[in-house]
Amino acid sequence: MKLISGRLSIICGHYGTGKTNLALNLARDHARMGEKVTIVDMDIVNPYFRTSDYRKILEDEGIEVIAPVFGATNLDLPSLPASMYMAFEKEGTVIFDLGGDDVGATVMGRFSDRLVGVDYEMLYVINRYRDLGATPDGTVQILKEIEAVTRLKATGLINNSNLMYETTTEHIEKGYEFVKETAELIGLPLVANVVRRDLLPDISGSSVIRTGEMIPVDIIAGPSFLD
Amino acid sequence: MAEKVLMKGNEALAEAAIQAGCRLFFGYPITPQTELSAYMSKKMPKIGGLFLQAESELAAINMVLGASAAGKRAMTSSSSPGISLKSEGISYIAGSDVPAVIINVQRGGPGLGSIQPSQADYWQATKATGHGDFQLIVLAPSTVQEMADFVGQAFDLGDKYRMPVMILSDGMLGQMMEPVSFPEKGEPVIPERPWAACGHGGKRPHNIVNSLYIEAKDLEKTVVERYKKYDIIKKEEQKAESYLTDDAEIVVVAYGASSRVARSAVNSARAEGIKVGLVRPITLWPFPVDAIEATIPTAKKYLTVEMSMGQMVDDVKLVVNGRAPVSFFGRTGGVIPTPGEILDEIKKLNN
Repeated sequence: MKLISGRLSIICGHYGTGKTNLALNLARDHARMGEKVTIVDMDIVNPYFRTSDYRKILEDEGIEVIAPVFGATNLDLPSLPASMYMAFEKEGTVIFDLGGDDVGATVMGRFSDRLVGVDYEMLYVINRYRDLGATPDGTVQILKEIEAVTRLKATGLINNSNLMYETTTEHIEKGYEFVKETAELIGLPLVANVVRRDLLPDISGSSVIRTGEMIPVDIIAGPSFLD
Repeated sequence: MAEKVLMKGNEALAEAAIQAGCRLFFGYPITPQTELSAYMSKKMPKIGGLFLQAESELAAINMVLGASAAGKRAMTSSSSPGISLKSEGISYIAGSDVPAVIINVQRGGPGLGSIQPSQADYWQATKATGHGDFQLIVLAPSTVQEMADFVGQAFDLGDKYRMPVMILSDGMLGQMMEPVSFPEKGEPVIPERPWAACGHGGKRPHNIVNSLYIEAKDLEKTVVERYKKYDIIKKEEQKAESYLTDDAEIVVVAYGASSRVARSAVNSARAEGIKVGLVRPITLWPFPVDAIEATIPTAKKYLTVEMSMGQMVDDVKLVVNGRAPVSFFGRTGGVIPTPGEILDEIKKLNN
């Protein structure tokens, strides 16, 4: 499914909302549509379940991966590789997978000058089931913190409400209502609803979901041994 | 049942502690446990609790001793190297007969090792968490839901027996996200602690919480009393899950994250007609002797799977006691075994 409209697409959100899984799916889908795709892992905080863990899967699809040199190694070393500058000059589609919250997203602020006058989109990923007692107000607050440190403005919201393998269409619909309310509070469009691929036939006829594309995804990021 | 949310194991541990009435958390950050401390730092101030990042692991565990001695539910968490640093304080807590909950989100060792998941602290948790004659109750969750459920149980067991309880988790369970629910139980019931040193107001004699004994005979008497309590715990508190063991000729024994992988392998082996089952210890101390014993009538061979060079396998051998061969398969250093690798081991035993 084609979601990305700009050449540079930045995926941000509260940590654990599914940014990496969405970025991996989008990169793969765009590559399979014949585009030249680069994925940039900008997470220098979280050492587990990160884009660069899936380097082989991505490279097999012809996707270029730019990641912190010490990412996913034993070294908790928050340094950036020089190659990250190249990400802003790549041809084709470039997807940036930011770290979670304002702390993880801070890295992008370092590069915000590279995006002046550039056609980019910044998509804010929301999983209504990520936090106990999540509210649209709190969700807006997290985005404001991310915008402050990235020095960029979000362009759209993505409903990625899910409970991984336990997700039902009802979860996606309830999530939609939550994200819609958040979108209205902040004045941004709800651009897409992320749907685990096997749920797509059931959710397509939903009378609740009225805005945003349906983006089918596979669960790529996560432990491989789940029974 | 409350609505499910998607949480990291580390966050579930933290939330469950808060719901169990813990309002005092003392910690020091270390990967792969840090989300637990981070969650506490955000949430505790909002609910009138205390999150304190201590100057070291030693300071944190001694703060837990102090808070517990004063009668409050207190917790600390760390990962393997940090637990080694806490071991002195843990021994003092055991020697002072105060409850406390200690979380170990294990990583590869020895030394600074790796930040990937490991189960190489089994011996440390069950046999040598510090100096002296003592035991901890050790609970081993295998899902994010169990991470949540076991914290409340750990606080309750600690209060019941006046002793420290460890939750032995690992980097995989701490970092992975799964749906989890927190049952709406209302306010937790925290038992009175009449022994606590929290001020007597001139109305009762001093309570003394202490692990130092001047007379050897006094200390011996105290330790012997404590071991009588351990005997009761060994009888009353063993817990394990037995999966497809009724007719099992091969019995796999695995706990925590590696039991998840082992279960996948057992399912695959069953699909090929191999009579194999899984015993998953939930209490590592007391070791679930009864659950292993129950498999003896059908078992011809045992296979222990761990993310270590083989530690729990010793306890399995002690129970089986020569009545069947006990073999071991493990990966270590932070490497997680694959279902395929374990299936191969099961097939080798089936020949």
